[in-house]
Parts: sequence; structure tokens; C-alpha cells
Amino acid sequence: MTPASDVLVIGAGVIGAATAYFATQQGLTVTVLDKGLPASGTSSSCEGNILVSDKELGPELELTRYSLGVWHNDLAEYKKLWEFEAKGGIIVASRESSLASLHRVMSAQSGYGVDVEELDREALREAEPHISPEALGGASYREDCQVQPMLVAAHLVRLARQAGARFVADAPVTGFLRDGDRVTGVSSPRGDFSAGAVVNCTGTWAGELAAMAGVSVPVLPRRGFVMVTEPLPPMVHHKVYAAEYIDNVGSSDAGLQASPVVEGTPSGTILIGSTRERVGFDRTVSTEALGLLARNAVSLFPFLERIKAIRHYHGFRPYCPDHLPVIGHDDRAPGLWHAAGHEGAGIGLSAGTGKLLAQALAGQSPDLDLTPFAPARFGEEFSGASTTVTEHTEEATA
Amino acid sequence: MNAHHNASPPSSAEDAVTLTVDGRVLTAAPGQSVGAALATNGITAWRSTRKNGRPRGLFCGIGVCFDCLVEVDDVPNQRACLVEACDGMQIIGTYPQNERGQA
Amino acid sequence: MSPAGNRPGNDGVNADVAVVGAGPAGLAAAVAAAEAGAAVAVVDAGSQPGGQFWRHRPETIVPEPDGRGHHGWRTYVDLRSRFDAARAAGRITYLPGLQVWMAQNYDGGFTLRTTPTVAGVPPRDNGSSVARTVVAPRLVLCPGGYDRQLPVPGWELPGAMAAGGIQAFIKGNAALPGKRFVIAGTGPFLLPVAAGVAEAGGQVLAVLESSSGSAWLPHLRAAAGVPGKALEGAEYASIFARHRIPYRQRSIVTEVLGTNHVTGVRTAKVDSVGRVRPGTERIYQGVDVVGFGWGFTPQMELPLSLGAETRLDADGSLVGVVDEHQQSSVRGLYLAGEVTGVGGASLAVLEGLAAGTAAARGRALSSSKTMWRHRKFAQAMHKAHPIPPSWQEWLTPDTAVCRCEEVTAGQIADARDLLDARDARSLKSFTRAGMGWCQGRVCGFATACLGEGTGNQGAAPSVGSLAGSAKRPLAAPVAIGELTALAEPAETNLQTKKN
Ligand SMILES: Cc1cc2nc3c(=O)[nH]c(=O)nc-3n(C[C@H](O)[C@H](O)[C@H](O)COP(=O)(O)OP(=O)(O)OC[C@H]3O[C@@H](n4cnc5c(N)ncnc54)[C@H](O)[C@@H]3O)c2cc1C
Ligand SMILES: Cc1cc2nc3c(=O)[nH]c(=O)nc-3n(C[C@H](O)[C@H](O)[C@H](O)COP(=O)(O)OP(=O)(O)OC[C@H]3O[C@@H](n4cnc5c(N)ncnc54)[C@H](O)[C@@H]3O)c2cc1C
Ligand code: FES
Repeated sequence: MTPASDVLVIGAGVIGAATAYFATQQGLTVTVLDKGLPASGTSSSCEGNILVSDKELGPELELTRYSLGVWHNDLAEYKKLWEFEAKGGIIVASRESSLASLHRVMSAQSGYGVDVEELDREALREAEPHISPEALGGASYREDCQVQPMLVAAHLVRLARQAGARFVADAPVTGFLRDGDRVTGVSSPRGDFSAGAVVNCTGTWAGELAAMAGVSVPVLPRRGFVMVTEPLPPMVHHKVYAAEYIDNVGSSDAGLQASPVVEGTPSGTILIGSTRERVGFDRTVSTEALGLLARNAVSLFPFLERIKAIRHYHGFRPYCPDHLPVIGHDDRAPGLWHAAGHEGAGIGLSAGTGKLLAQALAGQSPDLDLTPFAPARFGEEFSGASTTVTEHTEEATA
Repeated sequence: MNAHHNASPPSSAEDAVTLTVDGRVLTAAPGQSVGAALATNGITAWRSTRKNGRPRGLFCGIGVCFDCLVEVDDVPNQRACLVEACDGMQIIGTYPQNERGQA
Repeated sequence: MSPAGNRPGNDGVNADVAVVGAGPAGLAAAVAAAEAGAAVAVVDAGSQPGGQFWRHRPETIVPEPDGRGHHGWRTYVDLRSRFDAARAAGRITYLPGLQVWMAQNYDGGFTLRTTPTVAGVPPRDNGSSVARTVVAPRLVLCPGGYDRQLPVPGWELPGAMAAGGIQAFIKGNAALPGKRFVIAGTGPFLLPVAAGVAEAGGQVLAVLESSSGSAWLPHLRAAAGVPGKALEGAEYASIFARHRIPYRQRSIVTEVLGTNHVTGVRTAKVDSVGRVRPGTERIYQGVDVVGFGWGFTPQMELPLSLGAETRLDADGSLVGVVDEHQQSSVRGLYLAGEVTGVGGASLAVLEGLAAGTAAARGRALSSSKTMWRHRKFAQAMHKAHPIPPSWQEWLTPDTAVCRCEEVTAGQIADARDLLDARDARSLKSFTRAGMGWCQGRVCGFATACLGEGTGNQGAAPSVGSLAGSAKRPLAAPVAIGELTALAEPAETNLQTKKN
């Protein structure tokens, strides 16, 4: 048994990395375990958008704006490390009806203090010269930004280590140490680790980990494909997506959905994201998904038709039935905390999640009320989440 | 005998193929690749790398490395080692002619 | 909605056996399967049969190649005439000039999606630049491989080429890419490359082989099992003598010299682990082409995408596991040629014949003694020509490792040491090594080595790390306009359509 730490973080994705980093900033001693290397889960198969524009008005938007502040202030000196870019987002409407709904969304968002500006046909073309001639107008969100998520996770782990944290790779957690009800640590092939608080930051795998501790946290996978083009000179300047995207994000529909989300990256490639479908942990490449992405992208930026895709990848967003993450202490298993289920927004929400959780772990009252994210908020009807465990184990060894 | 990329090959195999590279007219033996046409005319670099602006030309020679990318008849990013040089082709590189390494 | 413009048609082709590759293995597989009665479809990225080994001038220009500079040409001519006969009889559908960008398993079979190799250039012929989708219950993958590379300072200068690339240039164009050559690396393949240059009129200043002749001694028995190889060896010896080509063992290129083009190389002697021996440095001036080859890397993305089991071969390459009929761990998927272990063209032909026969459900060819001897020989060759364990010491921090994304050895070492990036996949995520146009084909092996650090594994990365870098969901770049045509799974309507 290694010496106990104040906090043991399971998972070195963006959420675990941010939690570990901010816990060290609170003066806590921290150990991080991952079954693989840093950023080997969903955080390495996503896009790095930090979006205000697509958030539901309510707790999610509040957490997003809080997180944005953390990116800009607490983490300001590290922006270069993870290619932070305040590029702004643009939502494009190509039909009168979607333009009308976009306008409704915009005025509601403004009411919540979101920085949004209407773009008419000309302004849209000035911002994005290669946009489809069919685009009628749009909305510009200057707060939207972008990071390279793998670098975020890896550097936050490194910074946490610099501040005294310990990182153990290739250490899959296989069970919890208990003292009566209380969770006092974890066991893994790399040994047992005890801690005052254990934080489950295993993303899509969080339901499985929770089940090991005898509690139910309904985190499910929602698959997404992303296509990557050949490197090009700058052609797409913002994160550009279609008005329908907003409806899609909050949907629980199991079928295949995609809205064009097109963005340039510092490396010259253009990312075309992303589909959303609930197919468990199925890793089979879906030609249907690729076709949909391609059609959508070309409809937004017709020049893409002649551009080559050189890669595609997919990941599994960790989502909860109410599309809000679980963040906080699990009263059903004292000593166990969760920070998981951030769905398609975990990168953007990581900084805020980590800071708030670290405050709570240090016994302070967090800057933002975490009640809406309480792990035990789901009734018993969702305890079916553990049915994913078997699929999951298969994927873990794949 | 079988499929190829040349609908109207030169009337006789001895006919040289003429192509334009960044405005300069070159001749090549029929059936040679664009990459070979360039290299045998002393042009060994035609692509400029995106990050450091370094010169590149043929490396793997078989379509695997993509170092030899060049614009052929308005289509960018063709592998020069794979495209057969044809009469009248317009080749445009991204590495400035005057800096080109000479073989 | 479908975009405007002329999207390539995507006519389906149904077959009993689909073959990818028309090199030694693919040609043999196609011929064997067709002669066993199967309807065969052959997809090949090349514009004419031959693959790497039997690459020859376009048949439109030289209709009757004489096979000069080739080995085993008689075997080629035999396979080719059987291939042409089967085509004429309608048993082989030959689809040249198409790259498979994705292979998929579906219930009881496979789908191959293709894109024109020379995409975008307006079609100049009768249809080989139109993408086709091939559907077949059995698939033989013979995609071959490419030169394996180790980075060295200056290797990204124009004029530095893959050794095989020099040979391909000569075979395909009947011309030379330069005048004064140095060929370096390891393995018997350096010999035909140098011989080819000299026979075509180039000057070979030196062939530098990192291992030593005595490395062969323990393996002589295996070498003796394949007499043809001894004959080839004697032939090269006489060419080397005739052209006075110096063959320097335990020697490497430590730096390629030049500013915008190769002008020379710095070389040194190395000890048995590849460490430079001080005081042995030497400079060759007036070099315009330097060729590097460190063995071959099999093209594994298609077998991996179909879930075939893999292993490490004696040369440290990731290769597919096959049974005695060349069947992989995936039912109905057969592998032949370099993807089952780099072993040369003769072995590739034998494997292709076995795979094609088995895939056509023909009378099973029992794994022949000849095949076994060739495998033994290949293993011996690999052991005698290892990647020098200390090769990482040749690098400087600013040596380019990933040529596409211009990632240096120093950046990779930092990511490994500071960010725990110990495998090729993590290194790719953090440094972009392997994320460019070639998708890690060229730097994948070296990056995997660098992830292991300079210790014992520094020349022998793990299966996991190699597989991480060899997984390429798109086996070739494909125009987004072509992807817009993908909708409902094509299998269903193709099933009923014979062609
Ligand atoms: C296609 C796609 C696009 C996306 N785009 C965006 C975007 O633009 N912006 C955005 O904000 N979000 C985006 N997301 C969502 C985002 O990727 C996730 O919300 C986020 O990565 C989740 O991070 P995490 O740390 O919770 O999970 P992960 O990154 O999955 O980390 C969990 C870690 O736990 C480890 N682990 C699992 N089980 C165990 C165990 N038993 N023991 C030890 N360790 C274990 C895993 O190895 C892994 O490293 C996208 C997701 C997808 C799929
Ligand atoms: C440049 C080069 C030169 C070589 N010269 C020699 C030599 O002189 N002597 C020697 O002993 N060995 C040589 N080798 C090793 C050589 O690969 C083998 O000896 C032999 O060619 C292997 O036969 P194969 O059928 O497995 O593969 P190959 O001959 O490589 O044939 C594979 C074929 O598959 C095609 N292909 C690959 N992927 C796809 C795809 N996704 N879609 C469609 N088609 C695809 C390729 O275009 C190629 O035509 C050379 C290798 C290379 C790379
Ligand atoms: S030289 Fe490598 S792709 Fe052309």
C-alpha cells in the first residue's frame, strides 16, 4: 500500500487532469491513476471547442461561462501550451425557418448575457468568404474558443505533477477499498491506493466504476464521428455550424444525427464534425455517418467537395439522461466523488469542473452551486446504466 | 494491353512529351511520371513545406509519402511520382523556381 | 442533398473472391482463384500489373517488356499470361488505378470502397478513374509494403530518397533521379538497388550496410536452403566488381549534407549495436542522391481495419497472423505477401497461390517445403540485418522525424519525457508526428521506437504501439465529394446485382 493522499483521481482525461491540477492548487496531495496513458479516452477523440453558443439556458450555460472564466484567468499563462485560440463561433441559417429560430435563440441568449451578434448576408460573407451561397445569415459568438484537448489533459497532468501530484499509468482500477460504507481507496494491478477522497473521472466508463462501488450513475456512450481534411491554407476562420445543431445537441434520439460543424485548425486541417448516435460502444466504421458528414459539410462550404479527407475518428461522448454532468460528492458512498458525463462539452467544461470540485474537496463552498449536478439526482429508473458494463469491458480491451 | 491513363498517347513511342512547369517548358520521355519528368530535367524540389517552407520532391517514389505533391492541370496535391506525364500538362509547384536545387 | 458537379459513378462489382494488389502475391492469388473456378475481382492502385517487384515501363509505351533488370521475370510472364487469359475468359475483373480507401466486413463477406489513385485529374481513358465498389464473400489482401525508414539529420533534403524509390524510378521510367549515389541502411535489398543504379549508368560512390557479413554466419544453413538467393548474390557481386562499387559494412550515414539539396553525406563506422566509432568519420562530396532502406514496412491498415490478428515478425514489423492456408483470424479474409512477413517476391507468389486457391475453396495447397525454406531464409535475413539498437543516438534534437508535419526528435523526446507519451498514438496526439498526409507511414516505426526511449526496446517497439500508428481508418485520401455519395449501406442492393 502506497502512502495515502488527500485525493485520488481515477482517469487522466481532461476532467481528471483538471481536477487533479486544481486540487494541487488547493494544497491537497493528489494521486492520479489511469488504465492507460494520459488522454487515452474520449479526450483524444473529440474536437476542442469551448462553446457558449450551443448551451441550454440554465445550469449548463452557467457552468460553461464559469469555466470560460477559468480558462481565461486561472489558466491564462498556459494558453500557448494547448493552442488556445479565441476564434469565435458562427451559426449559419440557410432556410427562412431556421433563421427565424436562430433569432429567437439569440434574443433568449442575450437575456442570459451571452455575447451574440447578428450577421446579415454580407457580414456573414465577410466573416466566412467561402460559405455557401445559400446561407441567409447567421449569428456570431465571440466567446467561443478552441483548444487542443490532448495537450490540455497531458499538460494539466504534468502541471499537477510539478505541484507534487503523482501519476500512475497503466493502472486500471478494479475495485474500491472500503471501511464500512466509506470509500477509502482503490485497488489496481499496480497496487492498492488509499485516499481521503476518491474522484471518479472516468468519463464514459463512469457508470462502470460507480457500479464497482455499488452506486448507480447513469453515464451512457453517444458515438460521434469526425472527419479530417488534408492540410490547407486558411479557408474556414471560425467554428461554423448550422442552426439545426442546437436542437441536435439536446436530443436523446437514438438515431444517427449530424449537423455540419466545420472548423479550421492551426495545423491547416479542417475538422468536420460530428455525428451523434447511440449505438453503445460499437466501433464499426459507419459509411452512413461518413456520408452524412460529407454532405453536410459540402452544403455549408461547397469548396470542400474537391478537398480530400485523410482521416476520420470516432469517440464516445459520456452522457447522462438529462444531458447534465454529474459533479460532486456521492452521499450514497461516502468518500466517493464523481466528475463525469460531460457529453459533448467536456473539454470546455473541464477547467470549471476541476476548479469547483477542488474547492468542494478542500471543504470550501464552491463558487457555483453544484446541486443541479448532484450524482444521486437520478431516480431508480436509470439504474439500468450498468447494462453497458459488458459492452464496455469489451471495448476496454479493444 | 490494359487500362492506362493515356487516351491519346503520342503517335509514336519516340515522340517526346512536352509539359509546362511554372511556365517553363520541359520535355520528357513518353510514359514517364511527372516526378521523373521534373527530376530528369534537373528540378528536384517543387513542394514547399507548410510549416518551415522547406523544399521537397520525390522521396518514396511509390505514392506512399506524399512529399512530391504538385498541382497538375488545376488539380492541386497530386502525387508527382504516380501521375503519368502527358502532352500539354500544366504543372505548378509551390517551391520557388529560383531556389530550386539543381541535380 | 447531393452537391453539384460530376461525382464519380460507383458501379458495384460482385465476385466470389476479391483481391487487393496486383504485385507478386496478388497476381498469384488472382490466377489461382480464377483457375480454381472462382469469379475474381482484382483492385490495384497501380496502372498495370506487377506491384513493386515487377514494376515496369508503361505497356502503352513498351508493350513487350524484356524483363531486363528484373528477377523472376519468367514467373511474372507466366502469371501474367494466365492472368490475361482469365480476364479474357471473364473470370477476372481487373480494376487498376484504384485505391481501396476502406474495407468493411459485412454479414458473410467484405466490401471494398475505392477511389482513383490519380484522383481529380480528368479521366484520360476508358474508366479506370471511376470509383467502383467491390463486394465478395472472400477477400485476399496483398497490399505489399514500402521501405522502412530511420530518420537521420538532413534526410528531408531533396535528393534523399527511399532506396526502393530509386529502384522504382529506374524500373518505371528507364531513367535515373540523379548522377552520383550513396545507398545506405541495412539488408540484402540495398544490393539490387545499387546494381540497378550502376547498370542504368549512375555512379554509386558507396553502399553502406550497418551490420556486418559475419552476422550471416549463424544463419548460413537457412540461406543455403534457397539456392536461388546465392545465385542472385553472385550476380550482384559481379556487378559490384564490374562497376567498382565499394560495399562498406558496419557503416552508416550520420548526416545528409546540403542546404536546399543533397550535396554530400557524412558517414561513420559503427559497432555491433550501431554506436558510432569515434574517429571513423568520412565525408562523401558531390553526391546528389542518397537512398535509405532499413527493410520494409508491410502495409497493415486494411488487415487491421478488418480486425485481423497481428504479431511482431523477426524484423520488428507488425504483420498479420495466418494459418497454413493463409487465412487470417477473420473468417474468409486471406493475407499474402509482405503483410504476413517481409519475405521477398518468390515467397509472396507461393503465398498468393495458396491464398487464392483456399479463397476459391479449391483443393487446398498444403504448405509447401519451398515456402517453409523461403520463410526460414527471410527470418535469417532479418536476424542478420537488424535495426541497430543504438540508432536513436544518431539523431540531433532538430532532426525531422515526421516529414509531413515537420516534427523533430527533440519535440518527440519532450512529449515522451514530460507528457508520458510512450506510444506512437500518444506521440501523435501531442506532437502531430504521423498526423500529416502520409498518416505515419514513413515515421510510424521510428516514432514508436522513440516512444520506447533509448533503452532495450528503442529499436523494437511493441505490437500495441505499432498497431496504434498503423491504424488508418482511411487507407487512402478520398475526396469529400466522393463520400457524399455514401448513404445507405451499399451491400443490400449490390448483393443481387451480378456483373
Ligand atoms: C466526436 C466528439 C466530439 C467532441 N467535441 C467536443 C468539443 O468540441 N468540445 C467539448 O468540450 N467536448 C467535446 N466532446 C466531448 C468530450 O470529448 C468529452 O466530454 C470529454 O473528453 C470527457 O472527458 P473525460 O475526462 O470525462 O473522459 P475521458 O477523456 O474518456 O477520460 C476518462 C479516463 O478514464 C480512464 N479510465 C476508464 N476506466 C478506468 C479504470 N477502470 N481505471 C483507471 N482509469 C480508467 C480512461 O483511460 C480515460 O483516460 C466531443 C466528444 C466526441 C466523441
Ligand atoms: C519500391 C520497392 C521496391 C522493391 N524491390 C524489390 C526487389 O528488387 N527485390 C526484392 O526482393 N524485393 C523488393 N521489394 C520488396 C517487395 O515488396 C516484395 O519482394 C514483393 O514485391 C512483395 O510482393 P507483394 O505482392 O506482397 O507486394 P507488392 O509488390 O508491393 O504489391 C502490392 C500491390 O498492392 C497495391 N496496393 C497496396 N495498397 C493498396 C490499396 N489500398 N488499394 C489498392 N491497391 C493497393 C500496390 O499498389 C501494389 O501494386 C521492393 C519493395 C518496394 C516498396
Ligand atoms: S514520392 Fe512519395 S508519394 Fe510521391
